[in-house]
Amino acid sequence: MGTLNNKITITGSEAVLKCLLEEDVNLAFGYPGGAIMPIYDELYKYREQLHHILTRHEQGAIHAAQGFARVTGNTGVVFATSGPGATNLVTGIADAQIDSTPLVCITGQVGSNLLGSDAFQETDIITISTPVTKWNYQVTKASEIPEAIAKAFYIAKSGRPGPVLIDITKDAQFEEFDFSYKKCTSVRSYRPIPKIDLEKIKEASVIINNAKKPFIIFGQGVILGTAEEEFKQFIKKTDIPSASTALGLSAIETNHPLNVGMVGMHGNYAPNVLTNECDVLIAIGMRFDDRVTGDLNRYAKQAKIIHFEIDPAEVDKNVKTDIAVIGNVKETLSQIMPFLNKGEHKNWLEEFQKLYKKECDVIINEQLNPTKEGLTMGEVINLINKETKGEAVIVSDVGQNQMFAWRYSNFKRTRSNITSGGLGTMGFGLPAAIGAKTGAPEREVVAILGDGGLQMTIQELGTILQTKAAVKIVVLNNSFLGMVRQWQELFFDKRYASTVMVNPDFVKIAEGYGIAAEKVSNRDNLSDAVKRMIASKESYFLEVTIEKEDNVFPMVSSGSSVSDIRLN
Amino acid sequence: MDKKQKFTISVYTESHIGVLNRISSIFLKRHINIESLNVSPSEIENINRFTLVVIITETLMKKVIGQLEKQVEIIKAFYHTEDEIIYQETALIKLSPEFLFNEKIQKRLKLRRAHMIVITEDYFVIETTGLKKDIDAFYKKLKPYGLMQFVRSGRIAITRPRMGISDFLNEKYN
Repeated sequence: MGTLNNKITITGSEAVLKCLLEEDVNLAFGYPGGAIMPIYDELYKYREQLHHILTRHEQGAIHAAQGFARVTGNTGVVFATSGPGATNLVTGIADAQIDSTPLVCITGQVGSNLLGSDAFQETDIITISTPVTKWNYQVTKASEIPEAIAKAFYIAKSGRPGPVLIDITKDAQFEEFDFSYKKCTSVRSYRPIPKIDLEKIKEASVIINNAKKPFIIFGQGVILGTAEEEFKQFIKKTDIPSASTALGLSAIETNHPLNVGMVGMHGNYAPNVLTNECDVLIAIGMRFDDRVTGDLNRYAKQAKIIHFEIDPAEVDKNVKTDIAVIGNVKETLSQIMPFLNKGEHKNWLEEFQKLYKKECDVIINEQLNPTKEGLTMGEVINLINKETKGEAVIVSDVGQNQMFAWRYSNFKRTRSNITSGGLGTMGFGLPAAIGAKTGAPEREVVAILGDGGLQMTIQELGTILQTKAAVKIVVLNNSFLGMVRQWQELFFDKRYASTVMVNPDFVKIAEGYGIAAEKVSNRDNLSDAVKRMIASKESYFLEVTIEKEDNVFPMVSSGSSVSDIRLN
Repeated sequence: MDKKQKFTISVYTESHIGVLNRISSIFLKRHINIESLNVSPSEIENINRFTLVVIITETLMKKVIGQLEKQVEIIKAFYHTEDEIIYQETALIKLSPEFLFNEKIQKRLKLRRAHMIVITEDYFVIETTGLKKDIDAFYKKLKPYGLMQFVRSGRIAITRPRMGISDFLNEKYN
């Protein structure tokens, strides 16, 4: 749309709408309230240009915006009122911060004359959100709105993305001013894309070219940098076995010949074990989270470590690197290509395959095609893979359901794995799936939830009722907070403190919200039920009764080394 | 490398509301106590300089610098060891006029090169500037006279190595 040169006199709240349209926003999520009513009044007037989705809770709104942002790559927009509206966003903001999701949150605030007076629905959301936002700003004059919003979008999306919060006092929303808009393209104190050091690239290429047993771990940086193609070229040329972090899943297809699975606490056996046998570890767009590394003192100590990373603060934060290649991986991976020799690591790759077979024998086969009576989470995911042919967006909640979704989903397309990784926010799944479906209506979106997580944001079934978002909801019900229960079983002598769930009739609840629903407790009915769900044009709710005390394996126990991963 | 030591941190920032909050939250989340803090304008217009003192390991110091510089409104952050800086602190001491002509106090003032900056019928005020230990010692000497008020500033420091903020800002604009 470009720059509006002709100044017009409008209110601050209308300016908010005009700014959003200038940023090509045509969808936002939110919940109205007193201090943001002027903006909602404009949302009503501009409803043809900017569609607003009313969720049932502000947390639902922000998780939906996260789902939208993760599936589209665009910045998610959220509105909430002051006080409780704003504080209800905090979990989602923290989630977006730790998972690098671009969001612009706009909160209403009490009038500037009331600031600091403990006015009705006043909270100091700037202070509250400071540690969990990439940037935040309080607007007290209408004339600040265009610049603040332009900066917000620039900062949220550039470099390593993250959430931004703009708090606008009610008087600034009402105030009239001469509006003009200019997109932000730089902030002098902020350098989102660090300069690439060609020397480091050359040094890295020498190490990679000489490696006998190189190993790649790739993370969400590949997706955020839209570097999927560059990454595939890189591994194709070097023939290096590559494992994903949880957030890196779907950056390359699950069945890619060089994809050796997922690292981390419940990742695959081979990449965890061989992390401690490789001679060069190449980390690409990932941050060595503690759930990835296990005990740092026994993590890849034998290997030279090369870290491709956009955020300099991540370098040497957890794992000391030998070579840090700072920059957007899309650029750095392109630039390193001419320096790389064609590699061949057939024998080394076979080591991964051997260990994968071991994992299949002990765990995977029984999960996917169980011989025991109780239903497994793995077989449900496997059936979803079959019915969706790996084309679906898989949105997972948190806990065992999430581990099974990560471990067994078959991804063919990028941006297909939407999950709360760093923060582990239970209740993320259902609203994030609504946001994902809204962002990618042409794609099948399947939410994989547990009975615990579902009930943290179950009210968002109302959003489905109202918006008709055709989200497929799978509840893997083991009547436990399964992941905590698993830890209680393994580390707390089976003292199941507050993990037993007495659950309602979920099918009735879903039906109450007008969503077709069924419950399956028997293997004979499962396959057809999954078929019915995927075939449905509308939202569908499938509850599956899962074996109660099933565990997720393999497992790198807390404080263990990745190579001490347990198979059972 | 991993022994705790005293570092003086210089943080150049935009002069915006809330920057202090962002800085302090980084120390807070890593459970680091700030021993001293000073905020002032810097040599560059509209750019503030925060001077902080912390006692931590160098490994941790580097991580904190990375997380500081990552903040949008922070331009650059540097850390320096004690031998890399020239630093001073200032103290003001308010005393009762009965000690105005006290010889011991007069002697202390001379030794410390402290100044009497205000004298009234009800009190007088001494100013002194120096290293932390100098001021600690001065404080101890004067304490027996019943200080009416004592206040001291945080550390301010000039670094021996160049920090090149202007270069950085100019580079960014081009």
